[in-house]
Amino acid sequence: MILTPESVAKIKEKMGKYPHHKSAILPAITIAYWQVGHLNEEIYKEISKIINIPIVEIAEAATFYTMFPKEPVGKYLIQVCHNISCALLGADSLIEYLENKLGIKKGETTSDNLFTLISVECLGSCASAPMMQINDKYYENLTREKVDKILEDMKKQA
Amino acid sequence: MEKKILFKYIDDPNQVDIDTYISHGGYKALEKVLKSMQPAQVIDEVKKSGLRGRGGAGFPAGMKWSFIPKDSPKPRYLVCNADESEPGTCKDRVLMERDPHGIVEGMAIAAFAIGSHQAYIYIRGEFVYPARMMEQAIASAYGKGMLGKNIFGSGYDLDMAVHTGGGAYICGEETALLNSLEGERGMSRIRPPFPAIEGLYACPTVVNNVETLASVPLIINNGAEWYASMGTEKSKGSKIFSLSGHVKRPGNYELEMGTPLSYLINDLGGGMLDGYQLKAIIPGGSSTPFLLPNQIDTPLDYESIAAAGSMLGSGAVIVIGDKTCMVWVIDRLIHFYKHESCGKCTPCREGTGWLLQLISRIEHGEGKPGDLEKIDSICDNIFGRTICPLGDAAVMPIQSALKLFRDEFQYHIDHKKCLVKSEFEFK
Repeated sequence: MILTPESVAKIKEKMGKYPHHKSAILPAITIAYWQVGHLNEEIYKEISKIINIPIVEIAEAATFYTMFPKEPVGKYLIQVCHNISCALLGADSLIEYLENKLGIKKGETTSDNLFTLISVECLGSCASAPMMQINDKYYENLTREKVDKILEDMKKQA
Repeated sequence: MEKKILFKYIDDPNQVDIDTYISHGGYKALEKVLKSMQPAQVIDEVKKSGLRGRGGAGFPAGMKWSFIPKDSPKPRYLVCNADESEPGTCKDRVLMERDPHGIVEGMAIAAFAIGSHQAYIYIRGEFVYPARMMEQAIASAYGKGMLGKNIFGSGYDLDMAVHTGGGAYICGEETALLNSLEGERGMSRIRPPFPAIEGLYACPTVVNNVETLASVPLIINNGAEWYASMGTEKSKGSKIFSLSGHVKRPGNYELEMGTPLSYLINDLGGGMLDGYQLKAIIPGGSSTPFLLPNQIDTPLDYESIAAAGSMLGSGAVIVIGDKTCMVWVIDRLIHFYKHESCGKCTPCREGTGWLLQLISRIEHGEGKPGDLEKIDSICDNIFGRTICPLGDAAVMPIQSALKLFRDEFQYHIDHKKCLVKSEFEFK
């Protein structure tokens, strides 16, 4: 099993919130994603068994939503918003700054598997641009100084 | 003028606690509704208030509720749309993070009004913290007997749950949202039937935006006349505007409807960043046509913004300074719409891809004579030809930019570079 007993329990709790089990697909995928960091067929199989929905329907839904990586990513998934409000305030140069700082290009993972850098569409943080999401947290009103500190803290924790 | 109604307690960090919320008069409206009003009276009150949908369409909320059939034997559902994903919009998140009980209470009143016993709030998946705040608020409301069985001893039962999405813009469109909530891919449905007749699980359903529902307890507490006394003839009450872009003080500001755009940008937003002149304004989220500097005094209400050639939309005001290439802006936007098209309707699925190719090649100095005419034609063939508004949303800013800034696009094609180079370095 990839999913931990805690994740399974959370999925089962979610199932109780809907009159039809199929509605638990997206919550189940989300719970799995926050545990594992990405999704794959093994995970779809496990979810399929828990909520008793054919695996194809799990995969059908999961592949629609780009929030969930379908390949392993680094411990910290850095998602920089490149949409208009952030772009107007320098999102492109923020991405460049991160590329130089991490020594990788957008879409790549550092060799120590610590950081994956991608850019994403609007994250609903437009009045605090530029911003990025790292795993489940938002980092807003970014400056070079703030970015330096965030990355240093993460390296220390790792 | 600034009018803090929804934002009255937004700066109180304890407002998220149910006891503080109650001490500020919270759940009084729900109690009043359950103990002394009939569902039809609640719908009437909201109709009289003039409250309109704050998600973008501006449809009268009370009227939407009244479309639920009175005699249907099926269960009814109330769904709060917290997918907040129109670029520029970041207002619902603030309400969820700082005043979640206002949303819970508004949802409960709406659910009662339409005869629903199950409500869901659909929150975009990236909003982990807002979703946690909503989960906590719902749990503490159950704990106090304000959700669950026999609320306030009225005999009325209501269950409520948080459902998180997967980061898809299309799921802000109500029929796509319902598909997503059912565990399907988030693709739009053909209407009719409208959700009021066949929505969630093919049952009568109302979908309302977060800000719309959060306004409901205020209307019940203070009366429809009070709410309708604010704003303009057809745009009542207050609205939260998300101000972003090249301004000194971006942020979420709650204004009385009909307040001039210039008050938001200059007085509250502090005006343009140093060294920038105003070039264009997107008044209602990235899907809405641009306004020009000479339109800065346009009142912020549905009718005035429409008369100025754009739309109030979600109230996301994006301010663009003079050192910005409009080809670059449009390239950024079409990249978004191409990515977010669900793929169901051919004009949108194929058309947004073609538009991206054409606009992107112009942006990268590879534009060809005739490209602008091709773009015009593709836009005309998408607009109004898709089952949901995403197709229209994709082409409206393009058509607007080609009308207002066509010289910049032509210059890009002729000279293989920007007429105005975009420059803003993150420091």
